[in-house]
Amino acid sequence: MRRILIMGATSAIAEATAREFAALGAALFLVGRDSARLSAIADDLRLRGASQVDTQVMDARALDDYPQLVDAASARLGGLDTALIAHGTLTDQAAAQASIALLDDEFRVNALSQMALCTVLGNRFEAQGHGCIAVISSVAGDRGRQSNYVYGAAKAAVTAFTSGLRQRLHPKGVVVLTIKPGFVDTPMTATFRKGPLWATPAQVARTIVRAIQQRRAVLYTPWFWWPIMLIIRHLPEALFRRLRL
Amino acid sequence: MRGSPSWGRLPGAEPQWLAIGSRHQALPERASMLPWGNGRSYGDSCRNDGGVLLAAGALDRYIAFDPATGIIEVEAGVQLAAIIALALPHGWFPAVTPGTRWVTVGGCIANDVHGKNHHRAGSFGHHLLDFELLRSDGTVLHCSPTEHRDWFDATIGGLGLTGLIRRARMQLQRVGGPWLRGDSLRFGSLAEFFALSACSEPDYAYTVAWLDCSASGRHRGRGIFLRANHAPATVAGPQQEAAGRALRLPFTPPLSAVNRLSLRAFNTLYFHRPAAQARERLWHYRPFFYPLDAIADWNRLYGPRGFYQYQCVLPAADAETVLDEMLARIAASGLGSFLVVLKTFGAQRSRGLLSFARPGVTLALDFPNRGAATLALLDALDRLTLDAGGAVYPAKDARMSAAAFQQYFPQWQAFARYIDPKFSSSFWRRVTGSTTA
Ligand SMILES: Cc1cc2nc3c(=O)[nH]c(=O)nc-3n(C[C@H](O)[C@H](O)[C@H](O)COP(=O)(O)OP(=O)(O)OC[C@H]3O[C@@H](n4cnc5c(N)ncnc54)[C@H](O)[C@@H]3O)c2cc1C
Ligand SMILES: NC(=O)c1ccc[n+]([C@@H]2O[C@H](COP(=O)([O-])OP(=O)(O)OC[C@H]3O[C@@H](n4cnc5c(N)ncnc54)[C@H](OP(=O)(O)O)[C@@H]3O)[C@@H](O)[C@H]2O)c1
Repeated sequence: MRRILIMGATSAIAEATAREFAALGAALFLVGRDSARLSAIADDLRLRGASQVDTQVMDARALDDYPQLVDAASARLGGLDTALIAHGTLTDQAAAQASIALLDDEFRVNALSQMALCTVLGNRFEAQGHGCIAVISSVAGDRGRQSNYVYGAAKAAVTAFTSGLRQRLHPKGVVVLTIKPGFVDTPMTATFRKGPLWATPAQVARTIVRAIQQRRAVLYTPWFWWPIMLIIRHLPEALFRRLRL
Repeated sequence: MRGSPSWGRLPGAEPQWLAIGSRHQALPERASMLPWGNGRSYGDSCRNDGGVLLAAGALDRYIAFDPATGIIEVEAGVQLAAIIALALPHGWFPAVTPGTRWVTVGGCIANDVHGKNHHRAGSFGHHLLDFELLRSDGTVLHCSPTEHRDWFDATIGGLGLTGLIRRARMQLQRVGGPWLRGDSLRFGSLAEFFALSACSEPDYAYTVAWLDCSASGRHRGRGIFLRANHAPATVAGPQQEAAGRALRLPFTPPLSAVNRLSLRAFNTLYFHRPAAQARERLWHYRPFFYPLDAIADWNRLYGPRGFYQYQCVLPAADAETVLDEMLARIAASGLGSFLVVLKTFGAQRSRGLLSFARPGVTLALDFPNRGAATLALLDALDRLTLDAGGAVYPAKDARMSAAAFQQYFPQWQAFARYIDPKFSSSFWRRVTGSTTA
């Protein structure tokens, strides 16, 4: 039975993933900003088979609180072996181009907070000699594009950070999974026009659970984003800088 | 990702979606909204062209379930399939289920849906204990048979117009397990159908008939009658039937695959296949209740122009003659359908002001959209239904006239008082003769 900490547990992708784990009988510690929504999700997950569900309210930007958070999760669940870090915001690119304060805040929500929590979890899992840290980055972090490079840069930081952490912890038996979803139909993307490349949170969740079980390193989800991003990453700058992406 | 918002896939405006992902969320500030469950209504009662659809399917959390009493509380976007997944292993099943399990509780309330057990169990609203209704002004009403009873009755069968249902509690029925046991019997005429219904209803919880609508002359009115009860826990049928994986129609054929030839071939084969006559047989609940769910997106068979469904209820008194006349016209038109369903409704009075189910016999069938010819046939059927004092089911309708609706549902003005000022639907504007969204 897995004992799982989920940061950003009210996210649509995180909730769908938690349902998969609940069906496997996992024990869950859910963290988010909204206590009413957290407890609604917790009730649901118990009925779906979770052996235990606890919740805690916390803003992801409170970086200093992470050591306590991880202690609390571990104390409640009687240990900790898996973490899913899912919180994030889709930065308003135009606004971030005009405001350093917003830039700062977006990096806190989408990069620094993930790195802070990874640091605490990494040290703890290293000491215990096992564990899995799964972090939701994004295909947007693979290459900066004019339409969302502030968000993309934060995700790129998460991707690079988890890559390094993975190397460091690999010999210690700890797995670090970098998850790169493409377009997923969630509240974050509610206003987007949906097309054939879009996936549901449930589809993405199934691939996340499988990747965690298989101790994978990097997951593009759905899978077809891997070849798409391979091409996009390798477009020469001479061409890329002229594109309107 | 989503295509047409309704099951009949008739052409219409591109919908504007707004997702409701949390039952703690306020309604958006929009002038014209309509809740949308899973779009299993056929016509325009789940459309709001020019306005917004509140996609409530993400309100899909279980809230509480007591395996001792069979009382379940869920968010309104939870589908019957999810209720079965949770409750059946504990020996509980929805007290009433329509012919697809991919419907939400909110949608089942808003159409006060019925199932093959209507003669015994009534409709969905009869098993509803309470629900929570969110109005656009932010008011939350807890509705039950004892609290805000008028809102309870208006919202059951209320076509999504009285507000957003956020959560509901209902009583499930005790069952032995996933299997049903009963008979499949060929009948040669409508008179035989009525005789079979009458003799089966006292002993069988579920009765329904399939009718061969391509049959004419002396074969007219022939069909297959099914009757069954939930089987005890000790009974189990073949494993492969229990596994039942769904196929999916991966694309929409450019033309309707449903035509005179394919209809006659299908209906004749279906009628004569050996399994049509079998006593004491077992069905898994999926093929029994949800035969069409085995082919996901089967509605695309009707091609890009979509299709109409016609479902009416006729008072028992002259039902046989009226039905015979209807079948004659349908057979003559050559516009009929694969699945024609006939079922008697019981005497239990429906709860909702606008509930469809009422004593008599109900006929349901699909028609590919062939434009004016199809509409003319449906209008002819409507005249028969009107004369007989029957009614047409809004959940299936995309074309009945305002005059017809108002005669079928004489309570419509009493109901109108409960409509949320910010809620509307394409259906409601059509049947009340109003033009703006
Ligand atoms: C194959 C098939 C078989 C069927 N068999 C039967 C049958 O045997 N008996 C029967 O009665 N019906 C039957 N139906 C019709 C179906 O049961 C109804 O149309 C049902 O209401 C669809 O539910 P939905 O969740 O898809 O809702 P939708 O079709 O999306 O919406 C239906 C109505 O519910 C309202 N609504 C949805 N959610 C909410 C909410 N949260 N709050 C308030 N209002 C809401 C909508 O505004 C709309 O008016 C069948 C349909 C199909 C496709
Ligand atoms: N949807 C996509 O297409 C897509 C694609 C690639 C990557 N992703 C990534 O997937 C992850 C999950 O997103 P989603 O698509 O599931 O969207 P979502 O449902 O909108 O989830 C985002 C979550 O982040 C939480 N959050 C935001 N700021 C927070 C803060 N300061 N403190 C605590 N929690 C905070 C939100 O909490 P509240 O509900 O309290 O606001 C919400 O639960 C994100 O990291 C996102 O970047 C998504």
